[in-house]
Amino acid sequence: MTLPLILYRSLRQHALSTLVTAASIALACGLLLTVWMVKVQTQQAFVETTTAFDAVLGARGSKLQLVLNAIFNLEASPGNVSNADYQAIKHHPAVKTAIPIAVGDNYFGWRIVGTIPELFTGVEYAKGKPYAVEPGGRLFDPEKHEAVVGAFVAQRLALKVGDTFKPYHGLTFNPNEQHPDVYTIVGILAPTNTPADRVLWIPIEGVQTMTGHDPAAATDVSAVLIQLRAPTAGMMLDIRYNRQGNRLTLAYPVGTIIADLFNKIGWLDQVLALVAYLVALVAGASVLASIYASMDARKRDIAILRSLGARRRTVFGAIIAEAAVIGVLGGVAGLAVYAALFSGVAGVIRAQTGVVLDVAHWHPVLVLCPLGMIALGALGGVVPALKAYRTPVAENLTPSS
Amino acid sequence: MLSIADLRKSFVTPEGGSALIVDVPAFSLAAGEQAALRGESGSGKTTFLHLIAGILAADSGRVEIDGVNMTALGEAKRDRLRAEKTGYIFQTFNLLQGYTVLENVVLGMSFGPVGADRERAKALLERVGLGHRLDHYPRQLSTGQQQRVAVARALANRPKLVLADEPTGNLDRKHAREALALIREACHEAGAALLLVSHDEEVLAQFDGARDFAAINRPAVASSKGGAA
Repeated sequence: MTLPLILYRSLRQHALSTLVTAASIALACGLLLTVWMVKVQTQQAFVETTTAFDAVLGARGSKLQLVLNAIFNLEASPGNVSNADYQAIKHHPAVKTAIPIAVGDNYFGWRIVGTIPELFTGVEYAKGKPYAVEPGGRLFDPEKHEAVVGAFVAQRLALKVGDTFKPYHGLTFNPNEQHPDVYTIVGILAPTNTPADRVLWIPIEGVQTMTGHDPAAATDVSAVLIQLRAPTAGMMLDIRYNRQGNRLTLAYPVGTIIADLFNKIGWLDQVLALVAYLVALVAGASVLASIYASMDARKRDIAILRSLGARRRTVFGAIIAEAAVIGVLGGVAGLAVYAALFSGVAGVIRAQTGVVLDVAHWHPVLVLCPLGMIALGALGGVVPALKAYRTPVAENLTPSS
Repeated sequence: MLSIADLRKSFVTPEGGSALIVDVPAFSLAAGEQAALRGESGSGKTTFLHLIAGILAADSGRVEIDGVNMTALGEAKRDRLRAEKTGYIFQTFNLLQGYTVLENVVLGMSFGPVGADRERAKALLERVGLGHRLDHYPRQLSTGQQQRVAVARALANRPKLVLADEPTGNLDRKHAREALALIREACHEAGAALLLVSHDEEVLAQFDGARDFAAINRPAVASSKGGAA
């Protein structure tokens, strides 16, 4: 009971500095965890989202833009693919599935994507996870002005089956550019935690023939999502479209293109990690500074404890333990900081990309980081502990007679 | 119980010389005996008590407590011996201000063989009349009460020897008499020997044959001048 008593009393005596120091550690721990977990989960989510399709065919341009537009519903479409090109790829013997999409309209800023029902019936959005419509709804009829709404959009706009809406032209909401066409919502997609959740899906003919759209492009599509029969076929198609042709771009393999994206923005991760490490370093230094600054005031207590029989290693250990306890407090509070920070960041990412990050998603760093903070705290206690170890007893007891 | 032979301790002076503060050829105390030493400020008597307690290491000589030669031990073993055999009452009490009265006494036994025994600590505080102040902090007590806590703490580890350094120096006459009586009674009840040093003649008069510290200490033979510890 001796050490816990000494720790408790010491922490209470220096409650303010203990709390401030623990808070700085908590901030460091929370930042580190947030940076790490957002990075890990974002990459994982983006990679999982791309597993549904092997390639994307689109207008000549950037492969990354093509993938972001067609799969993640971000960015503008680089252009159109003619119906002839769509039919050609659709019937290519190496292609198992070809899903056309058409973009160009929105509803209060939420993207409207035209497609065919086979996207929801013939494709899984992730391995073993087929799309589903919430009870009471159904998929749209491709020949009617009907819509199926992603779960996130439905929640944010409070849309339900039976509601109607008129699309707005363009990918950015402009109240002056509303189409007269009326669509009826016939289903709400069950949440997929993918970008599909933030889209209003309508028949592809709806986008192609929307009032005010160019009649000359009425059969064009924005891109074609492709599943191959065999991965090796991708190389053949890559040569055909990217090297020999000059009208279209085949983004293949999709996973590699996304990996390239993360490689390109890897420096951002490194900067964020560097900032987080520096904050951690400052937190460790704050443990050292706060305890060291109080050492003069503690000398008398240390000398008294020594006069009662406490050994040098006992007072050394008590200081280290105190620093470690500050690390424990900071580490535990750091998990709370992480939960708050991560939830905020996850909300922004979900709103912007549809990718859902889970604050409770298990990763070893959730344990390793708080443990590291405890070790950092204990390390910060070494210097003051050495000072305690060296405190001369007789000099710091009652003035001699 | 306490046997001292040729005990010497010197300190380095600010000028770099050496000042011999303690040079006691012989001193002894029997088990349960109560003795007092008369000494003025700066005479080296606190250093003498620190040497007996093992707080300071002697340059040479022998301090034997309950059959154990303290001067032959390393610091860690001296710490343990102090925790096991010795209780110390300081002039300024040296209570830990951030700890309650009860915790101060509990800590007095935590490093020794008794271990932390709250019931014993409570009983000791009852004995010195502070059973109703267990959860108070030292600053909430009068000086007389603080000294009683120091007495309880000094006896907490069932010591063979209690050292008291000017134990009534900070008390008024009335409280000094009460404190001295308490220390003597408590040591007697616990079977502990008591070695008290003071310059207060009224205190010293309570002991049969109080001796002058100057009579047993011979710092005059020191090799160079310097201040006392």
